[in-house]
Amino acid sequence: MHMRSVGCALALSLLVVAPAFADARSEAKSQVAFGIDVAQKGLWREAIYRWERAVEIDPTYGAALNNLAVAYEHEGQLDKARQAYEKALVVEPNNTQIRQNYELFKEINDRTGAEKEKP
Amino acid sequence: MTGPVPRRKSRSRIVAMSAAAVAATMMACGPVSYEIPIETPIQPKLDVTAFQRVLIAGFVAGGTDDVDTNQETVRLLRSQLRSKSSLRVIDADAMPLLEIAQEQSRSAPPDPQDGPSPARESGAAQNTDRTTAAVALPPRIKEEKDLEPYERLFANTSYWKRIGEEYQNPLIVTGTVLFMPQSRSGFVSRDVEQYDSFGRRRVIPTRTYMERKGFMLRPKFVFIDGRSGATMYSESYREEVLYNAQQSTPALSSYFELMDRLVPNFLSTLSSQKIRGTRVLLK
Repeated sequence: MHMRSVGCALALSLLVVAPAFADARSEAKSQVAFGIDVAQKGLWREAIYRWERAVEIDPTYGAALNNLAVAYEHEGQLDKARQAYEKALVVEPNNTQIRQNYELFKEINDRTGAEKEKP
Repeated sequence: MTGPVPRRKSRSRIVAMSAAAVAATMMACGPVSYEIPIETPIQPKLDVTAFQRVLIAGFVAGGTDDVDTNQETVRLLRSQLRSKSSLRVIDADAMPLLEIAQEQSRSAPPDPQDGPSPARESGAAQNTDRTTAAVALPPRIKEEKDLEPYERLFANTSYWKRIGEEYQNPLIVTGTVLFMPQSRSGFVSRDVEQYDSFGRRRVIPTRTYMERKGFMLRPKFVFIDGRSGATMYSESYREEVLYNAQQSTPALSSYFELMDRLVPNFLSTLSSQKIRGTRVLLK
C-alpha cells in the first residue's frame, strides 16, 4: 500500500515536472531563435539580452551558451566569452561547432598576448 | 494475381509520405546553425591616452648586412602608425642606437667607484653607467647573445628622459632587432604526384631530405615614457621563414614578409584593433 502511494507520488511529480521542463526549454529556444534573428541584423546587445535570458531559463542549453560566447566575443568581452564557451563545452563536450568557435576564439586571445615583459 | 500490387503501392505511398513529413519538419524547424561574421575588438595592451605623439626612435639592429634593419624598421613602424593609430608620428632621423650605446659605454669610467663622470647627469644615470661599464659591448651584432649587453641602454632613464624633453614628452618606441640568415637541413614532408600504369593521378605524402635557407627575425619593442624616461612595457617576437635552398629570395623581401606577421601585434599594443572572423550560431 505504502509502495503504491510512493509510486503514485513519483508518477504525479513526473507528470508535473516534465511539461515544466519542456516549457522551459521551448521558452529558451524561442529566446535563442529571436537572438539569432537580431544578431543577423547587427543588434548584438539585444542578442546578448535574449541569450542571457535563455541561459537563465535553461542553464544546460549548450547552443544558448555558445551564442552568448560569440556575442561577448563580438563585443570585446573576452573573459565572459571564454567562460561561456567553457560552460557550453561542459554541457556539450562533443559538439564540434562549439569547439571550432572556441578554437578560433583562443587563436585571437593568444595573438593578443606576446612575450610580455613589464618593467 | 492482383494481391501484391496494391501492397507495393501502399508501401511506396508510406515511404513518400514519411519523406514528405520529414521534409516538412525540416522546413518548419529551419537550419540549426548559422554562420555569422564577427569583428572582435581588441583593447590596446598599453594605456597611451597620456600621449599625443609617438617617436619611433631607432633600434639596436644586427644580423645581416643586406638590410639596414634599423632604418627599415623605423620606416615601416612609422608608416603603420600613421595610418592605423591616433598618435601623431614624429618625423626625425632614425637614431643610430648601436653607436650611441657604444659611446655611452666608452664614456663610462673603467672603475665605477672613481668620482663622478661627465656623462653622469643624475643618480639614476650613475647606476646605469656602472652597469654599462661592467660589460663590454660587442662592436657588431651577429647573433642573439650579442644583443644582451645592449639592453642596458633602455634602462638608462636619464638618457631617454633627455630625448623625451627634446621631442616634447612623446611616447618613445625603441628596442632591438635581429635579422639574420638561417639555413636548416632535414626531412620535410610534402605531397608528390604519381601516375600509375593506367594514367591515374595519385598524391602521395613523401618525406624528403631538403636543404633550406631563409631568415630569422627577432625584434624586441621597448615602450618608454618620454616624460620620465622609464620603460613602460616591452615585448619580444620571433619569426622565421625558410625556402628551398635553390630559391633565391632577396633579404629585404623576407624582412617585409616577416614584419608583416608581427605588425598587427605591434599595433595592438598601442591602438585598439578589430579582428574579423566568422563563428557559428546554434539553435
